[in-house]
Amino acid sequence: MGVWAIFKKEMRLYFTSPVAYVVFTFFLLGMGGFFYNIFAFYDQMSRQAAMNPAFARDLNVTDAILRPLFSNTGVILLFVVPMVTMRLFAEEKRSGTIELLLTFPVRDGEVMLGKFAAAMALVLVLLGFTALYPAIVAYFTRVEWGPLLSGYLGLMLLGGAFLAVGLLISSLTENQIIASVVTFFTLLVFWIIGWFADSVGGNWRVLFQYLSIPEHLDSFGKGVIDTKDVVYYLTAIVLSLFLTLRALESKRWRG
Amino acid sequence: MIQVDRLTKQYGPVTAIRDVSFNVEKGGIVGFLGPNGAGKTTTMRILSCFMPATGGSARVAGYDVFSQSLEVRKRIGYLPENIPLYGELSVSAYLDFVAEIKGVDRSERKRRVADVMDRCDVTDVQHRLIGKLSKGYRQRVGLAQALVNDPDVLILDEPTIGLDPVQVAEIRALIKSLSGQHTVILSTHILPEVSMVCEGVIIINRGRIAAQGSLDRLAEEFFPTSRIQLQIVGPVEVVGPALRQVPGVLRVEHEGPADGAGIYLVESMRDRDVRDSLAQLVAERRWGLLELHQLGMSLEEVFLRVVAGEEFGGGA
Ligand SMILES: Nc1ncnc2c1ncn2[C@@H]1O[C@H](COP(=O)(O)OP(=O)(O)O)[C@@H](O)[C@H]1O
Ligand SMILES: [Mg+2]
Repeated sequence: MGVWAIFKKEMRLYFTSPVAYVVFTFFLLGMGGFFYNIFAFYDQMSRQAAMNPAFARDLNVTDAILRPLFSNTGVILLFVVPMVTMRLFAEEKRSGTIELLLTFPVRDGEVMLGKFAAAMALVLVLLGFTALYPAIVAYFTRVEWGPLLSGYLGLMLLGGAFLAVGLLISSLTENQIIASVVTFFTLLVFWIIGWFADSVGGNWRVLFQYLSIPEHLDSFGKGVIDTKDVVYYLTAIVLSLFLTLRALESKRWRG
Repeated sequence: MIQVDRLTKQYGPVTAIRDVSFNVEKGGIVGFLGPNGAGKTTTMRILSCFMPATGGSARVAGYDVFSQSLEVRKRIGYLPENIPLYGELSVSAYLDFVAEIKGVDRSERKRRVADVMDRCDVTDVQHRLIGKLSKGYRQRVGLAQALVNDPDVLILDEPTIGLDPVQVAEIRALIKSLSGQHTVILSTHILPEVSMVCEGVIIINRGRIAAQGSLDRLAEEFFPTSRIQLQIVGPVEVVGPALRQVPGVLRVEHEGPADGAGIYLVESMRDRDVRDSLAQLVAERRWGLLELHQLGMSLEEVFLRVVAGEEFGGGA
């Protein structure tokens, strides 16, 4: 009940402020650009394949379109999630509304989950928009449902993890801009950390690879749901939300 | 309704309040009076369950603010000092949100929101964004959100600060109309506000309770004497000493002009009315009596005495 009230309030605030519209525009432009490139490349490949049957055997829609599409969606989420989460706690702290919010008869956890759910709903709407692209592909050629669905599951987990990190960082500052910038760079570090795996070597290499975000996304796009990957994203979500609760508690003590 | 027992709050090394204890009875309006930085906001934040205390305990509406915080929060309406509201929401959308989160039944919500909008006189701006409202209207919306769950206890932190005089008068009248149905504690640093709105007063200074009780009781405690002001036409050097001779009179001060109609302040014990004797004296001596009246103890004076830690008799 408390969660639902917070959820509705946050949704209302997304759409009464420019945030939702900026996020939608940015996301759709970005995705459109990526998809155009991927699709044009696939188109070119299939023309060549038409002339060379041996080449055609290696060309499939999942590898040539869906996997790059999922990976690119992840990149765009890296940019938009900080915009989605920056306001959630930082603005309540800056304007002082948190003082009233935390005296309403709801647990801190309910407040947090309501906000998380609203941000998640916005991201799900964004992912919903991207369903247009597989639909276009399906119009021209056959699409494998397994990798498509598991790919979206991976993106939802990745989105949830991004949002949880963004929510945590928003709870640590009163400044939305700082929240968004720090969230972006934090996510960026985990996005590119895998690139350095080879140069560090040894146990570090394993750790860097494990922490790398895209490392865990790719197999979803191949239709493989690996427990290890699911646990990775769920751990990020649970840990970030736990720390967010601690941050709220500390806010109460400090006033 | 509110029982506060040796409440202490420290912000790191800063002690904001220490050993604060007081009680507020059901249905009353109590003023929580103190200069800036005295610890009013800190106390109210603890009572409203925003912030835990570092020592002591408090019960509001029968529940402990720390261990039964959700029960307390269901039964209070809180208006923080700077009225933090969501500027991007319309008045009605905001009040609907607060009603829902405070657990007002779905079936009742519309009616309750309409009711508090009516009581706080914001019905005509219900579709406007809160961020676009004047300070006076924001204050009313703040009160409306505090009232929307029909709380047992209202905690209002400086509810008239930053308003123009007309708005101040309106808000005070509104708050006054709430007593009876709700127990109200309101903080203020403005003295006349307490005597205008409140029945009882708790005076806090530098984090400690300096005095508490009804206004009458405080006046008695801090002013065991009563004062009578007279304006008498007569020779100053005779009138003063003559007044002092009247049985029951403790002190006489001459305040007015040296000749003509002089103003005299006469102090006597509170339980001994000397007005009749004074009037008789003036009549006997055939001086002219232009004025004779008992001075009320203004809260301001009580406050100044308490806060300045002054002992009785240090005046003049
Ligand atoms: N969040 C805080 N951190 C540190 N000190 C604080 C904080 N809030 C208030 N104080 C200090 O505690 C004292 C009491 O403040 P406050 O309760 O706001 O007083 P009032 O509301 O009566 O003006 C002041 O000395 C103030 O500086
Ligand atoms: Mg204050």
